[in-house]
Formats: sequence, C-alpha cells, structure tokens
Amino acid sequence: MVAEASEHGRLDHAGTGMAKARKHSSPIGPLASTGDMLFKYAVMAVALFTLVLVWFLVLMMLFEAGDSIAEFGGGFLIGDVWDPNREVYGALPFVFGTLLTSAMAILIGVPLSVGVAIYLSELSPPWLREPLSFLVELLAAVPSVIYGLWAMYALRPVMVDTIEPFFKTVLGWTPFFEGEPIGLDKFTAGIILAIMIIPTVASVSKEAMMAVPLSQREAALSLGATRYETTRMAVLTYARSGIFGACILGLGRAIGETMAVTMTIGNANLISWSLLDPGQTMSSLIANNWGEADGLQLSALIEIGIVLFVIALVVNVFARLIVGRFMKAVPTTGGGL
Amino acid sequence: MADKIVTEGLNAYFGDVRAVKNVDLRIPERAITAVIGPSGCGKSTLIRCMNRMHEVVRGARVEGRVLLDGKDIYSATTDAVEVRTRVGMVFQKPNPFPTMSVYDNVVAGLRLNGERDWNKLDATAERSLKLAALWDEVKGQLDASGVSLSGGQQQRLCIARALAVEPEVLLLDEPCSALDPIATAKIEDLLFDLKDRYTIVIVTHNMQQAARISNFTAFMYLGELIEFDATKKIFENPERELTEKYITGRFG
Ligand SMILES: Nc1ncnc2c1ncn2[C@@H]1O[C@H](COP(=O)(O)OP(=O)(O)OP(=O)(O)O)[C@@H](O)[C@H]1O
Ligand SMILES: [Mg+2]
Repeated sequence: MVAEASEHGRLDHAGTGMAKARKHSSPIGPLASTGDMLFKYAVMAVALFTLVLVWFLVLMMLFEAGDSIAEFGGGFLIGDVWDPNREVYGALPFVFGTLLTSAMAILIGVPLSVGVAIYLSELSPPWLREPLSFLVELLAAVPSVIYGLWAMYALRPVMVDTIEPFFKTVLGWTPFFEGEPIGLDKFTAGIILAIMIIPTVASVSKEAMMAVPLSQREAALSLGATRYETTRMAVLTYARSGIFGACILGLGRAIGETMAVTMTIGNANLISWSLLDPGQTMSSLIANNWGEADGLQLSALIEIGIVLFVIALVVNVFARLIVGRFMKAVPTTGGGL
Repeated sequence: MADKIVTEGLNAYFGDVRAVKNVDLRIPERAITAVIGPSGCGKSTLIRCMNRMHEVVRGARVEGRVLLDGKDIYSATTDAVEVRTRVGMVFQKPNPFPTMSVYDNVVAGLRLNGERDWNKLDATAERSLKLAALWDEVKGQLDASGVSLSGGQQQRLCIARALAVEPEVLLLDEPCSALDPIATAKIEDLLFDLKDRYTIVIVTHNMQQAARISNFTAFMYLGELIEFDATKKIFENPERELTEKYITGRFG
C-alpha cells in the first residue's frame, strides 16, 4: 500500500506535475514520497506559526498600548516628562538616553573594533589568527548580565577614580562633563555598551577585510605602500560596505541592550547632555518599572516597547541588507599578508 | 651595458614547492628582457622575486640574492617599500582599485609619496594615461570607477598607474594577454619608447611579441632558467635543443 502510494507520487511528478515541481523545487529536486510531503507541511506549519506569533506580539502590544496612545497621541514621542503621580508619560528622555548611549558605543566601540579587525586580518601571524578570532567571537556569547556585573564591580571604581575625573579636568568646560563623577551614569553605560559591541563589529569587519583579494593588497604594495598604507588604501576602502554593515549590526545590539545598561546607567528619568549624569534608556526604563507599573503607566511602558521595537527592527533590517549583500558579493576566502 | 638586476642562486618556494630553481640571471639596464616558457614554469614567480612581491604570498620564501644596482634587495638593511618604489610592477590580472576613480587610480602612487599639487597630479595622470594608450578612451570619464572599464582598459590603467611613479625598472607580467591587437601594438610601441629610460622585464606567451620588442630573452622550463641570450640569438640559433623546440612550437 505504502509502496504503491509513493510510486504513484513519483509517477505524478514525472508526468503531469513536472512544471509544478520545477516551479517550487527545493535544492535537491522535487519531493517524492508521502513522508516527504508530511515533513514539508510540518515544517511549513512551524514557520507559519512563528510568523503568526510575531504578528500576534505586535497586535497585542498595540492593543495593550491603546490607552497610552489614546491619551498622549503623537505627543508621546516628544513628551519629556515621566511622572506616575500626575499620570503624564512621554518617551523623549528614554529615546534620548538610548540614542546617546548607542552613539557613544559606536563612537568608542567602532574604532577599537576596526583596530582589532585590522590586527586579526592584516597583522597577526596565521597561527594566532584563528584562536584569537575564536576568542573575540566567544565574547559575543557572554550573557549581558555578566557584562553588567563586571561593569559594576570592576569598571565603576575605575570610572569614579580615574576616567571621569580625568575627563572632567580636561573637558569640564563643555556641557558633556558637568556634575560629580559617580560612576553610575551615561558615561559608564556608554563604555560598557562599546565593549559589548566590539565582538560583533570586530568579527564581521574582519570577515569583510579577509575577503579583500590579495591582488588588491599587491596593487598597493607594488606602488611602494607600507603595510599601514596598504591597509588604508586597499583593504579598508574595498571592505568599507562590510565594515559599515558591521557597525550597524553593533548599533542594533547597543540599542536593544537592556541588562548591562540598566545596571550601570543610574536610572534617572531626565534629559541631560552631561555624561556624568545618570539617565535612562527605553529598555532600562521598561526593566526598571515593569514590576510596579499598572494602568496607564503599564500602557505607556508598552508603547515605549513598541518604539524600541520599531527602531531596533529598522536598524537590524538595514544592517542585514548591507551585510547580506557583501557576504554574497565577495568570496570569503583569501586575505592576509 | 651594465646589469640593472642580477639574480644569484635564486630559489623561490611556495611552502615546500620550489617554483624557481637556482636561477642566475643578469637583466641589462635600459633594455627590454623577455621571459618566456610554458605555463607554470615559474615566470611570474621569478619576476615577483625582483620587487619582493613574492614574499607577500603566505608561506612563500626566497633563497639566494637579487642585486639591484649591485645591492642585495633581500639583505637585512634593505627596505622592501623602497625596492618597490624603484621596481614597478604590472600584474598578470588587472587589479585597479575598485573604490577609486580612473584618475585616482593613476595618481594613487604619487599620492602615497605625498604629492598634493593638483597641477602636478593632473599632468602626471594625463601623461601616464597617454603613455599607456588609454587617454583617448577615458579622458571623458576620469571620474568613473576604475572597474567600470573593460578588462583590456583596466590592464592599461594598471600600466599607467605603474608608470606614474616613474620607477627605474618595470616588471610586466603578460600585460597584453587581455588586449586586442591594436592596444597590444600601442603597448609595444610604448615599451619600445620607454626602454631608453627604463629597464623593462616582460613575461609573455607570445613568441612574436618577444621577438619583436625584446633585446634579450630568458627561456624557463620547470622552474629552471634554460637559456638566456640576445633575443636574436635565442630565436635564430639557440644553444639548447629545449629552447629551439619551444620557440618553434614543437614542444611536449
Ligand atoms: N600561490 C601559490 N601557491 C602555491 N603554488 C603556487 C602559487 N603560485 C604559483 N604556484 C606554483 O608555482 C609554479 C610557478 O608558477 P608561476 O605562476 O610562476 O608560473 P608562470 O610561469 O607564471 O605560469 P603562467 O604562464 O601560467 O602565468 C607553478 O607550478 C604553480 O603551481
Ligand atoms: Mg604567470
């Protein structure tokens, strides 16, 4: 019976179903047996289920945020007060906090990451490259609460005693370093974020640089370029779209990061340009207030979540488009001097 | 005629593979020397040893000496960067910088040397492109990307780029393999003009080309230098039977 059924299936494909089979053929050809068909539908169902789940999530969030949306409308995004006593909620301090700390992460993290990538791709001896690259990638897998703990117990004292006083002395006249060094502030949060994005940005940038053909390096060298000049004119320029994509991936991570930021940013709902003042990001606000919130505040928190979701989604889609294009366009072999 | 480049007991390796074996060769100054031989015999490797480009490949190394004006370019005190500014190279496959315009490609070497004077850069770009027989084709699109050109145009762009820094020696690895007969003839004319001022080493698979433009010819086989002599002698009356067989196409 079973044999007959599968035989029938194969005949069908060989005959009338040919065109159809070709149209949505999998990489290894048309599906032959009933088992295969069952498998296909099962997998399809799971895939559809995830899609439905995401839509459900979005709809639920919109529904739950309904009160807040109705109450504050578009003003929510530019409202700079978050006051549970007066029941007034605005997202601006937290959008500000997220953007500022993410910008710091990029500003500090990207040069370091590119430096690491240059070392790995251009300078390190081959025997060191593999283990070192592996280590860097491993850092991306460290849970963010661990980074947070490390920041509180190891980074904060250094910030308070050395780094923040130094910047206060040198740049104290700018609006960015007003106030006392307390170590639980936007500066510390920005630095921990910068450290956290290094693994991602460095390893994706390294891949992009390794994909630069040797002939490009040779072209520069043959004109009398030094190692440094070769890296600058042949490698970085050739790999620039990949490196840019890596930065956007890093930005995505910085924007969405919750735990480590919540532990270090000081959690104050205010807009201040001084890095030495505490602040709040969208994600840290949610993490901090979720427990006690109800009614309109809960609704507003969920609306914050939607804003965060949209920003993170846009950044990630953008990054994947860029990185995906470069990963396809260039072979991932070669590289190194 | 003085010797510009002299190799002494030159061996070049890729890992354990010896691609160039015990080559002793004297490249005369202000002349064109052709390097011929069947595919894979080590021609590219040999000339890449002459500007320290061989060591750029991972696992590659060189034994023996290469003297440039009597000074060993592999000695501990020699700077590879300086060697490469004096010995320019055009590679077998065109390799323009894809993110640079045609113009920027040509003047890339000058900019490396710190040249910022626009008049000088402009003049050099035009002169080099004219020498490489490319000016007429690209003068209207100097801002276009270097890789927007055809393969043959890219190769001439690379020649212009190498010429722009005015090296003393020019190493060319099959520069005409992607060119049509007209562009090939132009390049040959160019090399002919240049040989009064430059020392030129050209790898070619084209016997007629070697016979037409070179003053001296080196024949290589399986990594060894089989014969080196005046081109006339090599083509009319070679010492070795192997050379004669290769020249006349009765090989293998
Ligand atoms: N990157 C490399 N790694 C390992 N072996 C190589 C490499 N490049 C060349 N070889 C080997 O070295 C030998 C000489 O190569 P080379 O490129 O110098 O030959 P060629 O005479 O220029 O050939 P062609 O005329 O095809 O360009 C060949 O046997 C080749 O297999
Ligand atoms: Mg070759």
